Amino acid sequence: MGYTENDLAKDLENSEYKFGFTTNIESDRAPIGLNEDIIRFISAKKEEPEWLLEYRLKALRIWMEMKEPEWAHVSYTKPDFQAISYYAAPKQSKKYESWDDVDPELKATMAKLGISMEEQQRLTGVAVDFVMDSVSVATSFKSKLMELGIIFCSFSEAVKEHPELVKQYMGSVVPVTDNFYATLNSAVFTDGSFCYIPKGVRCPMELSTYFRINEANTGQFERTLVIADEGSYVSYLEGCTAPQRDENQLHAAVVELVALKDAEIKYSTVQNWYPGDKDGVGGIFNFVTKRGICETNAKISWTQVETGSAVTWKYPSCILKGDNSVGEFYSVAVTNNYQQADTGTKMIHLGKNTKSTIISKGISAGKSHNSYRGLVQIHKNASNARNFSQCDSLLMTDECGAHTFPYIECKNSTAKIEHEATTSKIGEDQIFYCLQRGISAEKAISLIVNGYCKEVLNQLPMEFAVEAQKLLAISLEGSVG
Amino acid sequence: MLKINNLHASIDGKEILKGLNLEVKAGEIHAIMGPNGAGKSTLASVLAGREEYEITAGSVDFDGQDLLDLSTEDRAREGLFLAFQYPVEIPGVSNVNFLRTALNEIRDYRKEEPISAKDFMALVREKSAIVELDAKLASRSVNEGFSGGEKKRNEIFQMAMLEPKLAILDETDSGLDIDALRIVANGVNTLKSADNATIVITHYQRLLDYIVPDFVHVLYDGRIVKTGPKELALELEEKGYDWIKAEFQQ
Repeated sequence: MGYTENDLAKDLENSEYKFGFTTNIESDRAPIGLNEDIIRFISAKKEEPEWLLEYRLKALRIWMEMKEPEWAHVSYTKPDFQAISYYAAPKQSKKYESWDDVDPELKATMAKLGISMEEQQRLTGVAVDFVMDSVSVATSFKSKLMELGIIFCSFSEAVKEHPELVKQYMGSVVPVTDNFYATLNSAVFTDGSFCYIPKGVRCPMELSTYFRINEANTGQFERTLVIADEGSYVSYLEGCTAPQRDENQLHAAVVELVALKDAEIKYSTVQNWYPGDKDGVGGIFNFVTKRGICETNAKISWTQVETGSAVTWKYPSCILKGDNSVGEFYSVAVTNNYQQADTGTKMIHLGKNTKSTIISKGISAGKSHNSYRGLVQIHKNASNARNFSQCDSLLMTDECGAHTFPYIECKNSTAKIEHEATTSKIGEDQIFYCLQRGISAEKAISLIVNGYCKEVLNQLPMEFAVEAQKLLAISLEGSVG
Repeated sequence: MLKINNLHASIDGKEILKGLNLEVKAGEIHAIMGPNGAGKSTLASVLAGREEYEITAGSVDFDGQDLLDLSTEDRAREGLFLAFQYPVEIPGVSNVNFLRTALNEIRDYRKEEPISAKDFMALVREKSAIVELDAKLASRSVNEGFSGGEKKRNEIFQMAMLEPKLAILDETDSGLDIDALRIVANGVNTLKSADNATIVITHYQRLLDYIVPDFVHVLYDGRIVKTGPKELALELEEKGYDWIKAEFQQ
């Protein structure tokens, strides 16, 4: 056979490819822009196998044809996708030369949150030496997990060490075509967490991203995959209460949870991304796709406390595929100043005797807007489905807004769906009552808000719950009006 | 302990207290009675520090301190307690958590150590017995789902826990049946000491059968117009307020 057009095309492609990245392979950052070259650059940098590169390229091609969604109850300046650099080497996490350079306000907030000095320095990337200590802590932690056969590592590591697992489950819960930002993530995801719990194993400790060594410091496009094999249990914590700043404005993560037969995954998030200054300038956009799939008798529980980001757009969801499966969503979303949130959940009932619970507490302060958007979908064959939804809004000022968009789509007459909603304000009388007992106004608000959020906070693992309470207090400072 | 001198207070431009004078010494119980609209609740609110009221003249000395200069929470921390006429509900905040926070804020203000969990629970058991408040209610949210009587008893329970120097009971007897009245009164009497004082604001003589006052004052048209011993309350019960209005009509 002679030299065909295809052969020529392939040659050209290869030479472009070679040309595209060799000049840049030494650098730590990809040039700005998004195209196939950049994807190849990222994949090569991470030494990924061919199948993953193909996954990325396929996603990119689909994404190029997609249009950014506009239905959310939020308004923001659309990111310029060609003006972003999609890869930065992990070691670039050090942001400050010395402790003195750290923003005093940031220091004050961390102190208020009760974060130890060492942890503060670690979070601001100052004490790079401290990483050595945390390596030893993390190592002993990891060896315990290894004894039980639990895999907990970075996504990149999992691709190398456990490709069969990644290949089998990646994209099985959030398909490449799912939505604009998930597709983007599928093309350019940087790193994230991978977790696998073997059959029948109950993970003995809360897994937290804190303990992952060599963690790429909060990438913009994180990709997380948690697989709980039959009969296993894991409680996973994501995020931290310390205010996280990043030059990268856009954060579009994808989290996929797979709970096989009789398994249970508890996924807790405390998010305090930089919300922008008092005039709402410069905050982070948090557009994340989180979804879990439950097989027979399995359970997935999402618990989140969101107080940060300028714009939050997320709907942690459960696909209740297996019979008797259970999905839960507990959320506290706080917006202050000019923040906007459009968050909620989707509970998709497919199997028989499935159950879902939604408890959503929104708190709006300042001039912010907080929207709850929920979908309870009962499919035709999902007999005996049960759902209970409660979405409450607490308004702190005269200028903020709370909006609710609940959707119920029920195609099976045996379903039982309950929905409750309340809207309230912190009464001046309640504050005065507290004042008259010697409690300061700030503490009073903190008490009342925590009481309001109690149902959700009780779902968080203990240490997280304590931090979350403090975080709620801080994010509402000076907000009563 | 408390010296109110020529106090004038208005709300929304309308003057309610028109030169009120009152002196309360440690160890005393004072009753304040008067017709509706005279300014009884206003007095309680002003002393507690409600910001809606504007003080246009006069002074209030509380144990050597200028009370009007202090914030509401500082007045409480200095030892002023108001038992509300209509105690508000605070869902999600347990009575126990609420009181512990209050107690520790007061201790912090006085540069004392915060109370330990063990000591606190012992205190709760001791004080809830005084007002026969079921221990189970202590772990419920503040006043949530409480009956009228339970709310009032909860006020006295809080008073017992916080041990104020001066307690103002704003119509604590309203809405109480005979038994609840007896329990509340018993609680107040148990807490009485030579170092503290109580101002009882009430419409009815009935409470004063149980909480025997040292002085009875009549508040009419924003001023204290008459002061007498406990028999004055009986006289008011018998004759009503017409004779007061006639004597002091302005």
